[in-house]
Amino acid sequence: MAWLRRNLVLILGIAVLVYTFVPIFVVVLMSFNDPASRLIYSFDGFTLHNWLNLCEDPSMCSALGRSVQIGLLSTVVSTILGTMAAFALVRHDFRGRSATNLLIFLPMAAPEIVLGSSLLALFVGAGFAGQLGFWTILIAHIMFCLSFVVVTVRARLAGLDDTLEQAAMDLYATPQQTFWRVTFPLVFPGILGAALLSFSLSFDDFIVTNLNAGQTTTFPMYVWGVAQRGVPMQVNVVGTIMFLISVVIVVGGEVVSRRRSRALA
Amino acid sequence: MTSTAGVAPLAETDVTQPSAPDDVPPPSGRKRGRIGYLLLLPGLAWLAVFFVVPFYSLLATSLFDPSGSDTRGYDMTYHVANYWNVLQDYWQPLLRSLWYGALATAFCLVLGYVLAYAIAFKAGRWKNLMLVLVIAPFFTSFLVRTLSWKLILADDGFVVNTLQFLHVLGDDGRLLATPVAVVAGLTYNFLPFMVLPLFASLDKIDGRLIEAASDLYANPVVGFFKVTWPLSLPGVVSGTLLTFIPSVGDYINAQLLGSPNQRMVGSVIQSLFTDANDYPAAGALSVILMAIIVAMVLVYVRRAGTEELL
Repeated sequence: MAWLRRNLVLILGIAVLVYTFVPIFVVVLMSFNDPASRLIYSFDGFTLHNWLNLCEDPSMCSALGRSVQIGLLSTVVSTILGTMAAFALVRHDFRGRSATNLLIFLPMAAPEIVLGSSLLALFVGAGFAGQLGFWTILIAHIMFCLSFVVVTVRARLAGLDDTLEQAAMDLYATPQQTFWRVTFPLVFPGILGAALLSFSLSFDDFIVTNLNAGQTTTFPMYVWGVAQRGVPMQVNVVGTIMFLISVVIVVGGEVVSRRRSRALA
Repeated sequence: MTSTAGVAPLAETDVTQPSAPDDVPPPSGRKRGRIGYLLLLPGLAWLAVFFVVPFYSLLATSLFDPSGSDTRGYDMTYHVANYWNVLQDYWQPLLRSLWYGALATAFCLVLGYVLAYAIAFKAGRWKNLMLVLVIAPFFTSFLVRTLSWKLILADDGFVVNTLQFLHVLGDDGRLLATPVAVVAGLTYNFLPFMVLPLFASLDKIDGRLIEAASDLYANPVVGFFKVTWPLSLPGVVSGTLLTFIPSVGDYINAQLLGSPNQRMVGSVIQSLFTDANDYPAAGALSVILMAIIVAMVLVYVRRAGTEELL
C-alpha cells in the first residue's frame, strides 16, 4: 500500500504514456491486416501483402513522394534561414529585437486555418489562383517551419557556454576556425533537431496545405480523400514506417548524446 | 519580450534550457554591426512576405463586395456587413469550436500534468527515455493516428462494447459521431504540446523547495498547491495556449470522428474557400476567429500574470 502511494504518480504517468501508444499499436496491427472489405474496417487476417505491395494504389505513392520532396526542400530552406536568424538573435546586437521576436513567435501561435486562409488570400489576390500547387505549398511550409527552427536553434545556442570558444580564440584560432571547429559542432545537435522537426511538420501538415494545394495532392491530403471511401491498408504501412524511422532517429540521437557526454565526463 | 518560453522545441529532448531574456542589456559578446542584420534579413523577409502581408490580404478579402467571384475578381467596397452575415450564419460552429477547444485543453492539462510531473520528479534515470516516448507517437501522421481512433471507437469495437456492458452507454449508444469522440481526438492529438512546456517548467523547480514545504508540515496536497503548482504556472500557461489555439482551429478530428452536428469553424472556413468560393465570407470568418483567439489569449495571459511569455 505504501509502495502504491509512493509510486502512484509514476504509475498514472506511465498509464498516460501507454494511452498515447494505443493508436500506434492499432496502426501497426492494421498494416498486417487482410481486410474482408474496404469499407468494413476490422482485423480479419494476417498478411504481408500490404508491406510487399506498398504502391498498389499508385496515387498514394505519388502523393507520398511529393510529400517527401516538399518536406526535404522546406526543411533545407527553413533550417538555413532559421539558423542564420537564431545566430543573429543570440550573438548579434540589432535594433527592433522585440518586434523581431514577436514576428517569430506569432506564426507558431496563429491557428493553422488562419495561416492557410491568409496565404490563400495573398496568392489569389496576387493573381496566382491558377498556379496553386507544389510551389505555393512549399512557400507555406517554409513559412511555418521557420519559427520552429529559430526557437529550437536559439535554445541550443543560448544554453551554450562560450568558454570553449574563448579558449579557441586564446589559442590563436581565427574567427572562422573558431566558428567551424568549435561553435558549429556544438550547435549542430540543435540544428539537426530543428531540421527533423521541420520535416515532420511539413510532412504532416494538412490544414494549411489543403487550402493552398490547388489540384496537387500530398500524403495527408490523400489520406483525407480516402478516409471517406475506405482506407487502403497501405496507409498504415506508411504510418508504421514513419513511426519506426522517428524512433530510430530519436533513440539514436539519445544514445549518441549519452555516449558523448560520458566521453566528456 | 521573451518568446521561447512558451514553445518547447518538439524535437529536442533537452527542453529544459531556459530562454535568454531578450530585453535585458545585451550580455557581453553580442556583436554589433551589419552581420546581424544580414543574418536576420532572409528569414524575416520570408515571414514578412508570407506571414504579415497575407494578413493584410485576408483583412482586405474580408471586406470585399460579396457580389464578386474568385474568377471575375472582387470589388473593394469595405463591405463590413460580411462580418455580421458570417456571425449570423456560423455562430454555432464558432462557439462549438471554442467550447471543444476549451474542453480538450482541460483534459490535456490533467493528463499532461500527471505525465510531466511523473517524468520530472519520479522517472529518475528514465527521464530522457520517457520524454522521447512522449514525442515518438506524434511523428506518425496526424491523419493516420486520427483514423486509428476512428477504428478504436468504432460502433462494435472493444471500447464501445465494454462501455455498453458497463451500462455507461445504452445498447445502441455510440461514441463515433458524438462530441465525446471529437473532444477525445483533440485531447489525444494535442497532448504533447501540453506535456513539453509543463515538463520544462516542472523540471526547473528546485526540489529543495518542495522538501522545505514538507519540513514545515505541509501535507503533500498543500505542498503541491502552495509550491509546485505556482512554480509551474509558466508551463501551464504556455501549455494551455499551445493546446487551445490549434485545437480550436482544427477540423480534422471533427470531420473524421464526428458528424455534421460536430462541425467546427475550421471546416466552415475551408469549405467557404474551396467549395463555395465565397472568399469574403471565408476571410471575415477567419479574421473573427483570429480576433477572438488573440483577445482570449491577452486576457488569459494578463490574468495568469505571466505577461513575459509573449
